[in-house]
Amino acid sequence: MPTLTINGRSLSVDAANDTPLLWAIREQLQMTGTKFGCGAGLCGACTVHVNGEAVRSCQTMVGDVAGKKITTIEGLSAKGDHPLQKAWIAEQVPQCGYCQSGQIMQAASLLARNPNPTKEEVVAHMDGNLCRCMTYSRIQKAIMRAASEMRTASTTSSERRPT
Amino acid sequence: MKEHVKNVVPATTDLSRRSFLVGTAAIGLVLGYAGVPGIDAAAAAAPANFEPSVWYAISPDGLVTVTCGKADMGQHVASTMAQLVCEELGAKWSDMRVSLASNDPKFNDPVLGAQITGGSWSTMMNFDAMSRAGAAGRMALTEGAAAAMGVPASELVVRDSMIVHPKSKKQMSFAEIVKSGKATKTFTPDELKAIKLKTPDQYTMIGVSVPQLDIPSKTNGTAKYGIDVMLPGMAYGAVVTPPVRFGATMKSVDDSAAKKVPGFIKAVTLDDKTGTTSGWVVAVASTYANARKAAQALKIAYDGGPNAKLSSQSLLDEAKRLQKLEDSGQFFVKDGDPVAAFGSAAKVVEAEYTTSINIHAPLEPMNATAEFKGDILHIYSGNQFATRSGAIAAGAAGIDPKFVVMHQHWLGGGFGRRLDADMMIPAVQAAKAVGKPVKVIYSRENDMTMDFSRPLTYQKVKAGVDGDGKLIAISHDVVSAWPTARWGIPDFLTPSVDKKGPLDSFTVNGADFFYTVPNHYVRAIKNELAHNATPSGQLRSVAPGWTFWAVESMIDEIAAATGKDPAQFRISLLDGAGKNDGGAQRLRNTLLAAMGLSGYGTRQLPTGEGMGVACVSSQERASASWTACVAHVAVAPSGAVTVKKLTVATDVGTQVHPDNIRAQVEGAALWGLSLAMYEKATLKDGGIEQTNFDSYTPLRMSQTPEIAVAVIANGEKATGVGEPAVTVVAPAIGNAIFKASGARVRALPITAEAVKASMKA
Repeated sequence: MPTLTINGRSLSVDAANDTPLLWAIREQLQMTGTKFGCGAGLCGACTVHVNGEAVRSCQTMVGDVAGKKITTIEGLSAKGDHPLQKAWIAEQVPQCGYCQSGQIMQAASLLARNPNPTKEEVVAHMDGNLCRCMTYSRIQKAIMRAASEMRTASTTSSERRPT
Repeated sequence: MKEHVKNVVPATTDLSRRSFLVGTAAIGLVLGYAGVPGIDAAAAAAPANFEPSVWYAISPDGLVTVTCGKADMGQHVASTMAQLVCEELGAKWSDMRVSLASNDPKFNDPVLGAQITGGSWSTMMNFDAMSRAGAAGRMALTEGAAAAMGVPASELVVRDSMIVHPKSKKQMSFAEIVKSGKATKTFTPDELKAIKLKTPDQYTMIGVSVPQLDIPSKTNGTAKYGIDVMLPGMAYGAVVTPPVRFGATMKSVDDSAAKKVPGFIKAVTLDDKTGTTSGWVVAVASTYANARKAAQALKIAYDGGPNAKLSSQSLLDEAKRLQKLEDSGQFFVKDGDPVAAFGSAAKVVEAEYTTSINIHAPLEPMNATAEFKGDILHIYSGNQFATRSGAIAAGAAGIDPKFVVMHQHWLGGGFGRRLDADMMIPAVQAAKAVGKPVKVIYSRENDMTMDFSRPLTYQKVKAGVDGDGKLIAISHDVVSAWPTARWGIPDFLTPSVDKKGPLDSFTVNGADFFYTVPNHYVRAIKNELAHNATPSGQLRSVAPGWTFWAVESMIDEIAAATGKDPAQFRISLLDGAGKNDGGAQRLRNTLLAAMGLSGYGTRQLPTGEGMGVACVSSQERASASWTACVAHVAVAPSGAVTVKKLTVATDVGTQVHPDNIRAQVEGAALWGLSLAMYEKATLKDGGIEQTNFDSYTPLRMSQTPEIAVAVIANGEKATGVGEPAVTVVAPAIGNAIFKASGARVRALPITAEAVKASMKA
């Protein structure tokens, strides 16, 4: 029985090594924030982090991530208050919301290594994530807002002002 | 199918037959409409399943939970219903909650008499009922507070969930009044109708962009969609669908390899008496991953059936053949005599317009979970048409629809796809066959190849202009599969003006435009071959998504043929004469707003660039929003088109939530762009060729142009905004391409090849 390190916890899953991580997370661990969209790595709805990198969990097998650090939308922040999650609310991004866990996880991996992305870098990084409601312009705005907030927080952590 | 559906045919329920009940139950204050005792005759005329209903409840802790009978697929309609209630109730927005209604008929739409979400109808049709529900609650709470405080109700002020008596400085919260049990008022239908609602100058909630109640849960993974349902002891089903979209039958199923898949339970061959599916098998296993493996291991032999040789081309050929026949179809509009007018016209312009098959592809693949508990069949899903879908589920189970309980969830996209109920059938029959709850999830490949797609359409438009350049006649033939006729619900069809039987107006809406054209025919022609081979559905904006492609392109072609500016030509046709009075002027104003915002005609654009206009009265003549678009494009010598900017103006009458209107209009406009440029499905050998997002390619972030939206709120009644902007974009782009390059495109989606070919011609 493979053991997964997920959102800081060590959990064993009753799944064969060739089971897509997506289904182990959703069914075995009943963390349903990570979504199934295409099963082929074409839409990004299933995006999670493995050792901090955004990956498509529908294309990642359980056997390949044993011992690696997995983060899902449920574990991105303690109280749903990651700067991106706050920015998603501030910009009122989601419509149906189904793709948004994947969008946020994809965006989080960008901001973790590039705190000051250009619009072009945002587009290039996010282009693999489909939003069928087409909330793209709000996603962009929210990423820029979160990036700005994160930069402010890191430079003036003692006197932060709301953005 | 028809028989089951008939039991729940949406009949218009009359609000006047109901009274409003306010009473304190153990859980709190419950407010809703109820059947009125003592008017048996009227009650008897109502549907047999008419029961008391409940729109919201206030709990002893003061939280107001509004039950939303509409499907929330991202248009935030649940939040909108709460906002309407909140305005009149006088609650604090942070006290508002929403829950999603079951299929209990008491939650039927007060105007439509069924649970169906579409047509951009929800806000306009529920505005009054939700407002009255809120106001009645405020009055009941006020009277309760007056009794508790010992002061006249007329001296009380309600605000932010508090009832205050300014003179004595006494106050009570909604929570305290509910706990006191003093709110006991009952409203007769007449009293309810007589409630004086707020006037717009008194609004404190309507017109305010309050935080949408569903959004936080959609940023942290807690929002529950149908696909997220988990039941104890449940199994999972993966469907195997034939290579032919419809009409194939199974010759044999060999499950010997599937049996070797761990956790495999059973392969269930669907026996679908509702006629929704054909030749489907569902592989049931302990996990979805195992169910998929088992599904792939099944060896199934099919008889392809009557449609196995058909292609998009054969459907189009058939459409052209039908259009040429004089006695085809039925008339939707028959004003004057276009045929005679063409005879006397100085100029006649003719053109054919087509649109391809299009796939809904909401990001949450179709799914449903079925559970039999005692006599009751429980269905867990996100669905846009609980009334009919419950009946289909019942049909699949062989039980009466009244024994089906639909548990509604957030919809991971709808766009019309979830008006259909095909996903109920494998879930129900698998659950029945294996004796445990089963969640069926379509693969993306199932979802795309078995979509109830936007049908392939073929339109022929002929226009006549007199010696003064005046448009005197249009004849417009629309040939397509008939999506709404497929439902088998007579109430959704429209009598034809030539009395040749009902037609599917959801194939021709929009062709009955607001331009003044004295001689005007619109003919709806059913493409039976396409109807059978590609069972079609309602895709966001439905008919106006193709009718305005034809109408608004043709108007441009006439303007070009007569040397007129296409925007000015439209304005001259929107003179508001006769039946067009009111709507035409609103559409004209909307067009002017879009022109103004885009700078249309105010500056010289570089070579190869152009602006095109279109304006539409989507969705239906009787329930139109007024929407105009100016598209700014650049066309390369290769024919490649870059959409630089879309400017959309829309007259929505009254705006409940301005930010949401912008979000919907922007999303709809991008849908319009996606359908115009990027989305194409094709039929080959009876099957849809596109199977995933590599071959069916909706718009991505990198393809998103700048969008400017102007919302006109002029105090008229609230209209819908979820769809109209879809319909205006394609013709605006086509017209802009013509302006930029002289190339006229008449087929959607627009391709560089088609643009280049037309440039040469």
